[in-house]
Amino acid sequence: MTDIASGPPAPGSQAGPRPEAIKAIPVRHPWRWVSGALVLAFAADVVYTFATAPDLRWDQVWKWLSGRLILEGIVITLELTVLAMVIGIVLGIVLAVMRLSPSPVMSWVSWIYIWFFRGTPVLVQIFFWFNLNTVLPHIGIGIPGTPLHWQESTNLLISAFTAATLGLGLNEAAYMAEIVRAGIISVEQGQTEAAQALGMNRLQVMRRIVLPQAMRVIVPPTGNETISMLKTTSLASIAAVPELFTRSEQIANFTFLVIELAIVASIWYLAMTTVLTIGQYYVERYFARGAQRELPPTPFQRFRRMLVTFHAAPPTVPAVGRR
Amino acid sequence: MVKAEAVHKSFGRLEVLRGIDLEVQPKEVMCVIGPSGSGKSTFLRCINHLEKIDAGRLSVDGELVGYRERADRLYELPDREVCRKRSEIGMVFQHFNLFPHMTALENLIEAPIHVKKSSRSTAVAYARALLDRVGLADKTDAYPKQLSGGQQQRVAIARALAMNPKLMLFDEPTSALDPELVGEVLDVMRRLAADGMTMIVVTHEMGFAREVGDTLVFMDGGVIVEAGKPRDVLANPQQERTRSFLSKVL
Repeated sequence: MTDIASGPPAPGSQAGPRPEAIKAIPVRHPWRWVSGALVLAFAADVVYTFATAPDLRWDQVWKWLSGRLILEGIVITLELTVLAMVIGIVLGIVLAVMRLSPSPVMSWVSWIYIWFFRGTPVLVQIFFWFNLNTVLPHIGIGIPGTPLHWQESTNLLISAFTAATLGLGLNEAAYMAEIVRAGIISVEQGQTEAAQALGMNRLQVMRRIVLPQAMRVIVPPTGNETISMLKTTSLASIAAVPELFTRSEQIANFTFLVIELAIVASIWYLAMTTVLTIGQYYVERYFARGAQRELPPTPFQRFRRMLVTFHAAPPTVPAVGRR
Repeated sequence: MVKAEAVHKSFGRLEVLRGIDLEVQPKEVMCVIGPSGSGKSTFLRCINHLEKIDAGRLSVDGELVGYRERADRLYELPDREVCRKRSEIGMVFQHFNLFPHMTALENLIEAPIHVKKSSRSTAVAYARALLDRVGLADKTDAYPKQLSGGQQQRVAIARALAMNPKLMLFDEPTSALDPELVGEVLDVMRRLAADGMTMIVVTHEMGFAREVGDTLVFMDGGVIVEAGKPRDVLANPQQERTRSFLSKVL
């Protein structure tokens, strides 16, 4: 291909014609096929066992899957998830900023909050809010020595749904605070200094400069927390909140279809977490803009790549949406 | 414009500044040179109160940095006052420290809008003019990651200028740049000096110091070893330490 006598190409000139692309026989992976077949066989056996179990009423599973009671339960599960996550994220950001505040009062209040709410089981916390009326029949707020005073019956104030929302949300805030704090710390110190040098105050530096950059670190674990929360809402059954799991248990109690209703609930939980997982990919891609040259692949791209990798070496992936 | 008297600063047990005395007149360009660890960056950072001094007096435009003096007693300034004073001093960093989640234009209008409370249209118009002045009129909507080091540093200078500072501090502005990009940044600084900006420049660029600087200060071990006209100090250093430093860098 190269003419040795002619020596290296003169500077600026073309280095000769481009050689033909390499066509080699890829390395074979016979064990992938063998192990794949074994896994498939095992999975098929599990599916077959359940599908043909004589006492498992699949017709009932399909019937209840779209039952009105179940669908109502799903709405409440979603409401609980959204409300608890909103409380968790907002309060978590406040707690994280307090934790990093130079004021010892702020950082200690935050530390104690996180210590307490992370250190007690969320089930117990829901239980506590739900049963608060047994020790405090009334809750009030007011300024001593003034006529400014307001109180209300605990029963009216904290319904079962409120108890579950408070329990889940306040507990989540403790975890979110640590996630947000990790994000804030991950932003380079020079960013804060540059903003301070321009005369921005602490709040402005945090809100305009640090938090937006911390989002890249905060978002992935927050997606995780949301998926986890969707399932944790089933703990609200302790307060008899009629969410998905409570409803499926109630139905099981009068139909005696215990496993069937557990399968119904699982199918729905799985469906909802799948949707959230896909959503998480797109949110992460959004916040990765400007920070990475190549965006993380979408679930579809990952799936396609996985199929390809199964038989051959990974192909070079074209850059997606380069900015 | 800037007056330092016996300024001391320690980090833990390490004394970084051990009595700095100097004065910078309005419109003066002072270049500060010296080996790394000599305290030159720390001194610069004290001027806009990114670092607190431990002893001595440091004032900008006749007002103490970080304190107020009343009846022979010093009172720490509240955050609001510290921020107001910082907003009058521009600072340019070695690593640019542009805000990566904002475009060049957004980097420039951030502080004028949120600190100075300028209207958005005024801030944008001024920012465009400044980007034009540093030769980057076509990069308004580019994100920092899409710019070369020299372009980023020019945006950073424009960002500082957007606040209309009365004093500009440069902390080794060309040290993180590829050699072929140094010139474009120095050009911008040269024009700034010609326009009458008061500047304190920590630098390793002796050519720039000689050509643009009104005063040259050589620091070592937290003290000023020698100061004077750049030409005199560079060509005819009086101190042994200055001579040995210059012989290594020139």
